[in-house]
Amino acid sequence: MTVHEPSLPEEWELVVGLEVHVELATKTKLFCGCENKFSHIPNTLTCPTCVGLPGSLPVMNEKAVEFAMRLGRALGCDIHPSVMARKNYFYPDMAKDFQTTQYDQPTNADGQLALADGTVVGIERAHIEEDAGKTTHVGGGGRINDATYSLVDYNRAGVPLVEIVSRPDIRTVEHAKAYVSELRDILLAIEVSDAKMEEGSMRVDANVSVRPTGSDELRTRCELKNINSVRSLGRAIEYEARRHVDLYTSGEAPRQETRHWDEEGGRSTAGRSKEDADDYRYFQEPDLVPLAPTAAQIAEIDASMPVLPAARRARLGERSSVADEVIVTVVERGQDGLALGAIEAGADADKVLTRIQNDLAVDDWSAVTSESLAMLIQMETGGELTATQAKQVLGEMAAGEHGGDPKAIAAAHGFEAMESDELETLVDQLIVDHPDEWSRFVGGDDGDSKKMQGFFTGQIMKATQGQADGRAVAQLLGQKSAG
Amino acid sequence: MEWSGAVSLGAMTQRITRDEVVHVARLARLSLSDAEIDEFTGQLGDILEHAADIEALDVGDVEPTSHPLPMVNVLRPDELRPALDRDLLLSQAPDAEDGQFRVPPILGEEP
Repeated sequence: MTVHEPSLPEEWELVVGLEVHVELATKTKLFCGCENKFSHIPNTLTCPTCVGLPGSLPVMNEKAVEFAMRLGRALGCDIHPSVMARKNYFYPDMAKDFQTTQYDQPTNADGQLALADGTVVGIERAHIEEDAGKTTHVGGGGRINDATYSLVDYNRAGVPLVEIVSRPDIRTVEHAKAYVSELRDILLAIEVSDAKMEEGSMRVDANVSVRPTGSDELRTRCELKNINSVRSLGRAIEYEARRHVDLYTSGEAPRQETRHWDEEGGRSTAGRSKEDADDYRYFQEPDLVPLAPTAAQIAEIDASMPVLPAARRARLGERSSVADEVIVTVVERGQDGLALGAIEAGADADKVLTRIQNDLAVDDWSAVTSESLAMLIQMETGGELTATQAKQVLGEMAAGEHGGDPKAIAAAHGFEAMESDELETLVDQLIVDHPDEWSRFVGGDDGDSKKMQGFFTGQIMKATQGQADGRAVAQLLGQKSAG
Repeated sequence: MEWSGAVSLGAMTQRITRDEVVHVARLARLSLSDAEIDEFTGQLGDILEHAADIEALDVGDVEPTSHPLPMVNVLRPDELRPALDRDLLLSQAPDAEDGQFRVPPILGEEP
């Protein structure tokens, strides 16, 4: 457990902008036909273009452009004609010695992202660029400055990315985290990326600064890199903001620089200073012609836009009274359509949602339909199935047993509401078989009585293979002890 | 952000300074002799002078040229092409190890 640092002193306000790199889920890379996938075998997904061999020429992937525009529209951006540019730097992760990106004319600009609590974060731009290769430093404990040499794998070089740059509109750590999870939900909903932070298909850099509360100045910011989870994003921002406040309080000031977040150490360390790094000598990529999307193309993208997560959550929220987290999970898993259908077919909304959240956390639930789910929930609410049985039946529905028919699955297990006289006979027999336990249940102190109630319930469940309804058992035991 | 490295074509009499040439040469990892620095300062100055001449023209009615080729949207379908044979690829490199390119220690941080 780390000691939780108190949040910023009241007289200081946090100012955060986020830069999120998202790998697009195309089949091939941005400028060549090499496969766009993660491979543990280095340098097997390369061609002359993505390793920058002389004479090779890039050709833009139409799917990547479409995905980028779709993402732009989902973020409310305007789509502009754009040109690609070369960002020049010498580092072996790009064999060409430049990264092809968009600079002054990005495809998407001026959008916004609304968080679940209604806060709106401006989006400055969402531009297309290529990913770099992966370097591994050998010797010196893997640290870059002490390495004996480095190894380079170009499988990732040329993978299509969109970099989404927010405006510095974020004022709390919670909002920064909410921004990332909302963005991830949108990416999944519009199916342009698998958006996995832990696998690097979504990478978040945070620009952090602080200012006196109430002022609207923008002070020197530091860019935090190497943030690998939403949790780590929160910690990094908190640490960095405190560092700035401490500097200002002691009469110093932060330096504009890139800083490396050290998750284990819980601190950021200085990287290169921004002034030098900005000398990228951007210029227009002569080997690629401009992108000029037509109004018809944009209209087509808009027409095919699915309902976005915020609207989907609202839809479920209006119809149920479960906790927000339940709805968030169901929407995140893309099970809200299923839930909505079941609710419309007459099943209890809260039961539908909690049952899905708890018992349908599986990769493939395609065998479950709104109708079959509605039927299952109605069997449960109607007393035909106990909660435990309903959970089991749903599991088998998802596995496609008995054509996913809950009635057939329940029948196959012999699940049916137990007649009350059947249950009573069983309880009477147990009382005869366990007289000591029974007297402790009837006459013992609260704790002991509770323990014995558990004992009898367990015996009944065992005898009925879990078919007895827990509530009916409790009721019956109560009646018997009172009588 | 600004176009760093570019030089304002304002009222400067000298279009580019010797220091700027040294700086740009360093960014491009070029090692220039003193004589070469002088030579390129002159040449680059002439190029910028020419650009300044054009800048002086009234081009209000001229459509900006965003690319020398009169084409847009040259795209390819998202279809797989065979990858290079790794041994062949690595055979072109000065040094390789474990299926990867081996490069000298990298000084400083990646951008």
